[in-house]
Amino acid sequence: MSLSKDEVKKIAFLSRIDVEEEKLEELSDSLSSILDWVEMLQKVNVDNIEPLASTVDFTQPLRKDEITDGGYQQKVLSNTQHAEDGYYTVPKVVE
Amino acid sequence: MTEFSKLTIKEALKGLEKKEFSAVELTQQSIAAFKANSDLNTVICDNFEEALKEAQLSDEKRAKGEPLGSMESIPIGIKDLFATKGLQTTAASHILEGFKPEYESFVTAKLKKEGAINVAKLNLDQFAMGSANLTSYFGASINPWQGPNGEKLVPGGSSGGSSAAVAAGLVLAATGTDTGGSIRQPAAYTGIVGLKPTYGRCSRWGIIAYASSLDQAGPMTKNVEDAAIMLGAMAGHDKMDSTSAPYDVPDFTSFLNQDIRGMKIGIPKEYQIEGMNPEIKAEWEKGAALLKEQGAEIIDISLPHTEYALPTYYIIAPAEASANLARYDGVRYGLREEGDSLDDMYAKTRSKGFGEEVQKRILIGTYVLSAGFYDAYYIRAQKVRRLIKQDFEKAFEKVDAILTPTAPSSAFSVENAPKDPVTMYLNDIFTVPVNLAGLPAISIPSGLDSKGLPLGLQLIGKAFDEANLLKIAKAVENAANFTAIPHRLR
Repeated sequence: MSLSKDEVKKIAFLSRIDVEEEKLEELSDSLSSILDWVEMLQKVNVDNIEPLASTVDFTQPLRKDEITDGGYQQKVLSNTQHAEDGYYTVPKVVE
Repeated sequence: MTEFSKLTIKEALKGLEKKEFSAVELTQQSIAAFKANSDLNTVICDNFEEALKEAQLSDEKRAKGEPLGSMESIPIGIKDLFATKGLQTTAASHILEGFKPEYESFVTAKLKKEGAINVAKLNLDQFAMGSANLTSYFGASINPWQGPNGEKLVPGGSSGGSSAAVAAGLVLAATGTDTGGSIRQPAAYTGIVGLKPTYGRCSRWGIIAYASSLDQAGPMTKNVEDAAIMLGAMAGHDKMDSTSAPYDVPDFTSFLNQDIRGMKIGIPKEYQIEGMNPEIKAEWEKGAALLKEQGAEIIDISLPHTEYALPTYYIIAPAEASANLARYDGVRYGLREEGDSLDDMYAKTRSKGFGEEVQKRILIGTYVLSAGFYDAYYIRAQKVRRLIKQDFEKAFEKVDAILTPTAPSSAFSVENAPKDPVTMYLNDIFTVPVNLAGLPAISIPSGLDSKGLPLGLQLIGKAFDEANLLKIAKAVENAANFTAIPHRLR
């Protein structure tokens, strides 16, 4: 499985990571070598096998849907320099 | 008093009780050792001032006869992947440089409650992605062991700052996290003990996530007994982590030094990989012989899907990472690079803030989760994961634990680290299957190779059976009698 430069560009956009034009070639080689290698999984017979997402075998707990946490706006905002009036600020989204 | 660099947790607890030294003295020695070995680059952010204050309080507690924790006054290091309140937490990344959490992780809070003193936040591979501590934004951490010609060696990874700091005697112990071998492989590379508990044994709350279905925190210590003490101080149920096991934590130390006669130890034939380093094979055989001498029964077993574990891991872990790391967008914390639009800001921030290896894994993860490829890659990998887990379940019908090498080689030099990703990934060939199956495993230093570098043996146990795992590990430790010390301490 080899990835073209255009495919890498598309994945990079989906990942919201800027990749410089001159690095695309090297990156597509490196990613392709990983994908080539994982290709060996196609050999495994997985008929009638259920996917395993987690090894946890105890019942996941449920709790009442009620507020148990919160009410500390300043703490939440303490790690940004981009806050105004208790909100985060970002570049303009709507013209 | 035993030299500080050689002191174990157990010895320190005794010395403190007998008033041979104080918590402040221990902490001062740890700080001095960190300063004298700053070239090993084990520290991302120190906590020296705060640690001394805590040590003072710990001494006062002891003087007043107040109840003491199981790790009271013990100076430790914390892998910089655990959120520590008010203390910079970076995951060795630029994107989190300067980030000061408003809360403390469950594991570090529990250690603190048990009296342990956090002296420094330790270096690691960026977002715990790596096997050599070479992907840290803050530079490589260096192994206190040296190559035959004085070469600088990697301390393993991702918990490389932790392994180097413990091996060099800068702290008595350190926390690590293990997603595919990140506690056990660095432990093997530095001649210390590293324990990855069963998935769910230690809460993941407040640990910066890499691959959530695989990540698990554990102790990195100078010996097995210390691992048992420290695991007890880290483990326990936490309602903030829905995958945290609601099981009691036994006193792991009470299982040590018990007879292992009649216990069944499996040797999986598939771990005899093609082109296996003969020294690694010989060490493995030595381990089996040592166990046999102590009355254990050695049984050949088969784990047929072993060869598929690494490729399975390199689909599942990047997939989970791409989702977990989506949160670093420059909006709420960490680095922000200005952009013309919101998307532009995201892309510039993430491009500048993530290192190469992290970007690569996010891209792979995004690809295998994308429409059209999801079934062929991700779902298939999850199916193979079940087969790998079933292999272990079948094996554990016949055996109490499984013995393998920890890593395919001893520590390699910083200069000659593999450039090709797949070769680098092969470092985790013996450790990754354990994470996919969610089992506990421990690496014990057992001997030196012809280069004079430590080798580790891995024991894999049944889920939530760390007690027996530690018991067998102690037997291996006693028999192997590994006493070599790193070049840095000679």
